[in-house]
Amino acid sequence: MAIFITEDSKVIVQGMTGSEGQKHTTRMLASGTNIVGGVNPRKAGTSVTFPQGEASVDVPVFGSVAEAMSATGADVSVIFVPPAHTKAAVVEAIEAQIPLVVIITEGVPVKDTAEFFTLAQEKGVRLIGPNCPGLISPGLSNVGIIPANITGAGKIGLVSKSGTLTYQMMYELRDFGFSTAIGIGGDPIIGTTHIDALAAFEADPDTAAIVMIGEIGGDAEERAAAYIKENVTKPVVGYVAGFTAPEGKTMGHAGAIVSGSSGTAQAKKEALEAAGVKVGKTPSEAAELMREILSA
Amino acid sequence: MDLFEYQARDIFEKHGVPVLGGVVATTPEEARAAAEELGGGTVVVKAQVKVGGRGKAGGVKLAHTPDEAAEQAAQILGMDIKGHTVHRVMIAAGAKIAEEFYFSVLLDRSNRSYLAMASVEGGMEIEQLAVERPEALAKVAVDPLVGIDEAKAIEIAEAAGFADAIKDQVVDAFQKLWTVYKEEDATLVEVNPLVLTEDGKIVALDGKVTLDENAGFRHPDHAELEDKAAADPLEAKAKENDLNYVKLDGSVGIIGNGAGLVMSTLDVVAYAGERHGGVKPANFLDIGGGASAEVMAAGLDVILGDAQVKSVFVNVFGGITACDAVANGIVGALKVLGDAATKPLVVRLDGNNVEEGRRILAEAAHPLVTLAETMDGGADKAAELANASA
Repeated sequence: MAIFITEDSKVIVQGMTGSEGQKHTTRMLASGTNIVGGVNPRKAGTSVTFPQGEASVDVPVFGSVAEAMSATGADVSVIFVPPAHTKAAVVEAIEAQIPLVVIITEGVPVKDTAEFFTLAQEKGVRLIGPNCPGLISPGLSNVGIIPANITGAGKIGLVSKSGTLTYQMMYELRDFGFSTAIGIGGDPIIGTTHIDALAAFEADPDTAAIVMIGEIGGDAEERAAAYIKENVTKPVVGYVAGFTAPEGKTMGHAGAIVSGSSGTAQAKKEALEAAGVKVGKTPSEAAELMREILSA
Repeated sequence: MDLFEYQARDIFEKHGVPVLGGVVATTPEEARAAAEELGGGTVVVKAQVKVGGRGKAGGVKLAHTPDEAAEQAAQILGMDIKGHTVHRVMIAAGAKIAEEFYFSVLLDRSNRSYLAMASVEGGMEIEQLAVERPEALAKVAVDPLVGIDEAKAIEIAEAAGFADAIKDQVVDAFQKLWTVYKEEDATLVEVNPLVLTEDGKIVALDGKVTLDENAGFRHPDHAELEDKAAADPLEAKAKENDLNYVKLDGSVGIIGNGAGLVMSTLDVVAYAGERHGGVKPANFLDIGGGASAEVMAAGLDVILGDAQVKSVFVNVFGGITACDAVANGIVGALKVLGDAATKPLVVRLDGNNVEEGRRILAEAAHPLVTLAETMDGGADKAAELANASA
């Protein structure tokens, strides 16, 4: 199984003909993702050739998301377009009602995200990101920029605001493997939250335990803690980054900021522990806690 | 980016929000000229600092003549308000205030939407009002796709209990403040107080605006609003090089890739510091995905420019970035820096092409570089080295 993406996912790439899009489409194809098309109105009708092992594969370019969907049956779109054009690309995907849109782009104005998130809610489209590494169901599908060679399939579900901490945790637990690892992004507004991922992992028969990684800013972790207490029966291990972050400073991610006394790592850790989540002080300690659970 | 009051006033005026005359001054002479420009009558001299409570700290004074404005400005300029030095004052036209109200519109992260708040009990700290008399603070959700149109503005005014006599003016002001929020890509527009003057006019007397830096590409004019003088010199240097850097006050310099991993690295170093004389991280520095020799050199250059730094911990997980490129970056950066590099470097590499990366560093055998096997081990070594040279 896995969550959100499986071996049946048919993926299109908005921005496939750009340099980032080409680079990551090559990597996604190499890790087994079923990429069925790209979208670029100016290059509709052409195709792009990507290396695949010793051979190569031609991926067709369509003029719109709707066209790509009707021609290929695509059900996932991944977006690699610059911030100034991201909103238009996401809105197009939502209007076409593709079920899942993964937005990798960093630096999208939050007003744009607020608007397209509201639209996505109305149309019943799931967004992941923006400012995220995407998600991987190892061995089945890989949508975004998560390296496929860190580890393989297993029973751990991972949800994280941060890309590199996702990689770090996958590496720490590489001997166990993952059902799905999902980077939900570090912006103030994101399409899929910790709670959405927790709910999906809880329902996924192939996920035995969940690692949840949070960071300073907002109250998503506190809300996730309340959700876990009421709804999650699988063991959850937590990690929160940013204990040493000063108040009022944005720490890299646009959403990673402690405002006054709210959004601190300490408050998030305490909320998670109160919900019965074991929280590691460091990524390696969190990994060790998960190791104990899975080895028990 | 938070704006000064005078900048918020100017933006309000640009979008038709009713404001009083206000002119910024950096010297007593400029303050006198500003008071004359405003008609020579009574003015208010207001310290321009990005922190609340300036009135109580003596940063807001009444002046009846231009000479008095100059005297008050001389008192206020240079004053320290909660750690913020006053470099500018705003000379604001005086007003006879009948009533004070509150209004704001802001990003609502929890609901992934916008929220408007309003109260007819303005003037006090809003956090205090929210705690002490929550029923006096109306909170109204704002749909990002609709915004504050007339109907929504009426809903807000009624929820807060504004009197009928001033409702039309208030509703108009709310819509114009929404225009500020939307058109300027703000994440906060707050007016405290919004006042009713004795002659029956609604005026935004003090404003707070936060702009979304991610939207800078469609607001070239916003770059001028940045308070470059107030930035830490190392932060300013990092920004020039497009590096994501935050200065802290410890002695272990940190370089990593990815915001989450770097935040985590700061924490792990702080924990390691508990075993090594209490040393702490000196900074946050995310070099992002590329990590070329140039970026690494620019990053090291910023960190080594911090006199407090005693050791540096480079913590990289090669995702897309290959570790050999990072290793070449470090070796190249040390070459570029030459004798300028004097502090010990602990390097932890994992992920993509790690063996090749470690081999490059081992072969280069730079006397300042120590290789660490793990993130925890690297943090411990860097803390130990910082403590040893403290």
